[in-house]
Parts: sequence; C-alpha cells; structure tokens
Amino acid sequence: MNFWEYLGNRHQQLLADAYQHASAVFQCMVVATLLGVLLGVATYRSEWAGNLATTATSTVLTVPALAMIGLLVPVVGLGVAPTVVALTLYGLLPIVRNAIVGLRGVDPSLVDAARGIGMSRLARLLKVELPLAWPPILTGIRVSTQMLMGIAAIAAYASGPGLGNVIFRGLASLGSANALNQVLAGTLGIIVLALLFDAAYVLIGRLTIPRGIRV
Amino acid sequence: MSENGSHRGDHGASIELENLTKRYSGNPQPAVDNVSMEIKAGEVVIFVGPSGCGKSTTLKMINRLIEPSGGRIRINGEDVTDIDPVKLRRKVGYAIQSAGLFPHMTVAQNIALVPKMIGWPKARISARTEELLDLVGLDPGEFHGRYPRQLSGGQQQRVGVARALAADPPVLLMDEPFGAVDPITRDHLQDELIRLQHELHKTIVFVTHDFDEAIKLGDRIAVLRERSHIAQFDTPEAILTNPADDFVSGFVGAGAALKRLNLTRVRDVEITDYPTATVDDPLQEIFNRLRASGTNEVLLLDKRGRPYKWLRRGDMMRAKGSLARAGTLVHDTVTRDATLRDALEAVLTDNAGRVAVTGRRGEYTGVVDMETLMNSVHELLEADRLEALEAQHELEVARTGRTHAEQEGEGGGRKA
Repeated sequence: MNFWEYLGNRHQQLLADAYQHASAVFQCMVVATLLGVLLGVATYRSEWAGNLATTATSTVLTVPALAMIGLLVPVVGLGVAPTVVALTLYGLLPIVRNAIVGLRGVDPSLVDAARGIGMSRLARLLKVELPLAWPPILTGIRVSTQMLMGIAAIAAYASGPGLGNVIFRGLASLGSANALNQVLAGTLGIIVLALLFDAAYVLIGRLTIPRGIRV
Repeated sequence: MSENGSHRGDHGASIELENLTKRYSGNPQPAVDNVSMEIKAGEVVIFVGPSGCGKSTTLKMINRLIEPSGGRIRINGEDVTDIDPVKLRRKVGYAIQSAGLFPHMTVAQNIALVPKMIGWPKARISARTEELLDLVGLDPGEFHGRYPRQLSGGQQQRVGVARALAADPPVLLMDEPFGAVDPITRDHLQDELIRLQHELHKTIVFVTHDFDEAIKLGDRIAVLRERSHIAQFDTPEAILTNPADDFVSGFVGAGAALKRLNLTRVRDVEITDYPTATVDDPLQEIFNRLRASGTNEVLLLDKRGRPYKWLRRGDMMRAKGSLARAGTLVHDTVTRDATLRDALEAVLTDNAGRVAVTGRRGEYTGVVDMETLMNSVHELLEADRLEALEAQHELEVARTGRTHAEQEGEGGGRKA
C-alpha cells in the first residue's frame, strides 16, 4: 500500500485524530493565553516579579516534553489531563515573556498622557496598554502555538488525543507494512495543521491590530 | 461654539497654590519647595526656568499626576488636594510634549476619550469632535479618521490640544507642548494658541524653558529658579523692562527691546487700507480703482478673498488684457495675531517693504508697511518708558511713606 492509498483508506481515522490534535492545541492555547496575559499584567510593573515570571516559565520549557508528561501521569492520571496540563505550561512562556516585554515597552509618555486626561488604572490597562502591547502578545501566541503542535504529538505517550497516536503506532511497529506511512501521515498532518493555524493568526492580526500601529 | 452654549460659560477657573511642596524619598532637598501662587481665571501663566528647576513637577502637581508632599491646591476656591485624582483630571485639560496621542486610535477616537469617560451621548461627542477639529484648524472631514502616525508633528500637536479641550475643562495644563516641533511649526502653533485663547478664555498654565515663547504667550510669567522658587512673577512687559534680579535678567537675555516687539500684535497697531481687486474684476475696473486711489499698486485677491498678487501700474500696462502672468505673487502674509516682530521680519524681507495682513481664514484685512511699524514701535517704547518712570515714582513715594510711618511709629512707641 503506498502513501496515497493509505491516506485514502484511513482518512476518517486521520481526520478524527487531526481534529482532536487541533482542538487540544486550541483549547490549551486559550487557557495559556488567558493565564499568560494575566501573569504578564500582574508582574510587568515590578522588576523582580516580571523577571521571576519569565524565569519560572522558561524553566518549565527546559524540561523535556516526554519527561514532563511522564512525570504528570502519576499526579493527574492518563489521557487528556496530563496533555492539557503539559501543553498549557509549555504554551505559557512565549506569551508571558512577550506580554511583559510588550507592556513594559509602551511609551511612558503615553501612559502619562492617559493618566493626565483622567483615565482610571483599569481604563489605562484596557484601552491603552494592552492594545499597544497586543502585537507582541499575538506574536507570542503564534510562537506558542507552533511549539505546542509538536509537543502535542508526545501526548500520545500518556494516551492523550491527537496525531501523536498515529506516529507512535508507526514507530512501535517499524518494519511492518504501514509503519512508515503512519509516521509520515502523522508528521505531515501536524505540519499542515501548524500552517493552517499560522494562517489563522495572520488573519486575526489583520482583524485585531488597529491600522494605526500595524507595521 | 454655540451648540453647547448652555453647557459652557465656564470661562476659566482660578487656581491657588499654597505652600506646595514635593519631596522625594532619599533626597534631603525638596524638588519643589513651598510654592505659593495665585492664578486668575482666564489668565495664561507661563512657568519658565532652566531645566531641572521643578517647573514641570509643579505643573504636574496641579492635576496631581505627582502627589504633593505638602501644601494645598484650590481650583475656583474648591480644595482639590484630597479629591479623587481621576475626577480632578477630567476637569483639567492636559497637553504634553509631542502630543501623546494614542497611536492605535484615530484622531476622532483620541479626542472623544474624555467626553466618553464622562458619559456624553454619542451625537454630542461626534458634534464636539468636529467642532474641536475645526477650532484647532484641521479639516474635520479629512482628519477625523486618520491615525496619529499619518499626521505631521504640528498636526499631532493640534489634535493633542483638541483632546485636552474636549470636555471643555476650565483649566488647561500644557507641559512644553511645542517643545518637539520645528521652529516654524512652533511659531504657527503659538499663534493658534493665542487665537484659541481669545475665543475660549481658559485658565492656562504653560511650562516652557524658552523665554521667547513665554513672552509671546503669557499674560503673566513666573520665572522659576531651582526648587521652583519664584524669582519673579509679573507681566512680560514688566519682566523685560524691570527684571527683579540678575537671575531674571540673565534669563531674559540680550535684545530686550527687540523682544518687546513680541508683546504687541498686529491687531493692536494701525493697519492701512489698500486698494484691492479680485481676480474676476474686469481689467478696466481694476485700472480705474488704481487711478482713483492715487497709489502705485493694487492688491489682487483670489476668489476666496485671500491676497494673491501685487499689481503695479506698469504691470497692468504690460498685461494686455490678461492678468494671468502680470504682477508679483504674494509670498508672505501675517495674521492679525502675529507679533510685531513677525511683521517686521516680513516687511524687511519684502522688497517693497509692506506685507498683507490676513484674518482667520486667510482673507485680506489690510496692509502694514515700514512706516506704520516704525511709528507704532516708537509709541510703544515711549509708553513703556513713561510707565516705568511712573512705577519708579510710585515705588519712591511708597518708600518715603513707609519710612515716615516707621519713624513716627518708633516715636509713638517711645512715648508710650
């Protein structure tokens, strides 16, 4: 069976896996974005808190994904839970870092102007600081998503959802008829998903970054 | 201006600073030390002083961007030292260097910020935005949807002023607003501010380190030395003719007489009327008008009444039926709000020694020439001299009066 025949035969299973893969990454990204921006907002004003948040999240990133999921299994069990926890943790770093850099990069004279015309703390954050920091934050989200696409494949190790299952199945039966096809299909699937997500982000950027600050 | 007629009427508010002090921790010397000052409603007061003298800090304490460590601030008699600073700032307009416009909002959105925060209805906000753009000399249709980066520095600054004025605050604080624009634009913006103030009568506190700017704009100038100590607080005329001490005269710099020209505006001196004609007038009629006026020259106006060309008798002879190529184009005009110094400059550079004066929309209102300027300047200087003499005399009278009183008082004390 060549690769195309394999795809024709298994497309339903593959599509279901791809959907689960995308859905897991998407949901984890939503959580990571919310948490990351919140962490950024909470820490960017203080030198040490901001640095602590960046260091903590980058330490998480240095743990190998396989080890991380392996370590999570005894704590949260098999299946979806370790996947979600691991993906969210990995997704945090670029978002937190870019949120802090973006918020700190807002021209102080603009913040001064915002205070001067009588905007409250919350109004300043929502109407001036976050919109101006949004482009770097969005970049962070993009980087995170690309990263999670790959990491999500490893979730299959803990019986998680997604295209990783196809790859692992192939790797476990190397030498058998469909092994290479499986690995190839899983890998290519992940690449296609990553490209689709990236295209979506370009579109989101177009829609959400005001024309006045678009590069 | 009339749409909000019922709402406005707040033509400025008085500001009173009482022993205002700012101390920063870790620094034994206060940054601002015990400043007391009364600013009248509708007055333009300029804080001028060397950099680091605390003038900006003093200004920022008025809207409590910097919280004072001691002293009181009263606006229109109301003590605002302890009220919610956010509420205070919505009543006090604030314009800063390089405008501080939010780059992700359009011009209209920037201007609408404060009215939105205080809950104006939509229709009123958009009407107000258009009105303000018009007021600061920007075409509403063209500019309202633009983003700040699509504007020049001068235009941004205009929008900044419009934003500060949006909710019609009685007080306007300006922190070196024209510090970052080129000299020509700065000059224009200063003229515009003067024109605006003529219409609005706000109380304006304006910080600058440029003494010429201070002279041009201020009703009164506070010359500040380090820690915001007031070296002199008086009218520009008084500071120029009668500086309080060496520090002030050092700050005034050389050429006080020339600077005096900055204090008088074209509208205060005599403007001569010139024979004019519009481009649509038939040639023969222009010719008749020229002959009737007895001058050698006629000023040709364009369709909107703006000065367009100077036409001499000779030009007309050579024109042969068409004025398209006759005469010299008017390349420089001054507004009625321009200073005599600007007018002198324009007259000196014009090869015929005269310059057309224009109104708000650029329409012709008259002409100033060398002779009228000379006469006005002589009168001005004479008046100043008399005033200074009088002030000196009064001072002496007061002094002798005081000495008498003191002597008598002492004598009375001894008797008792």
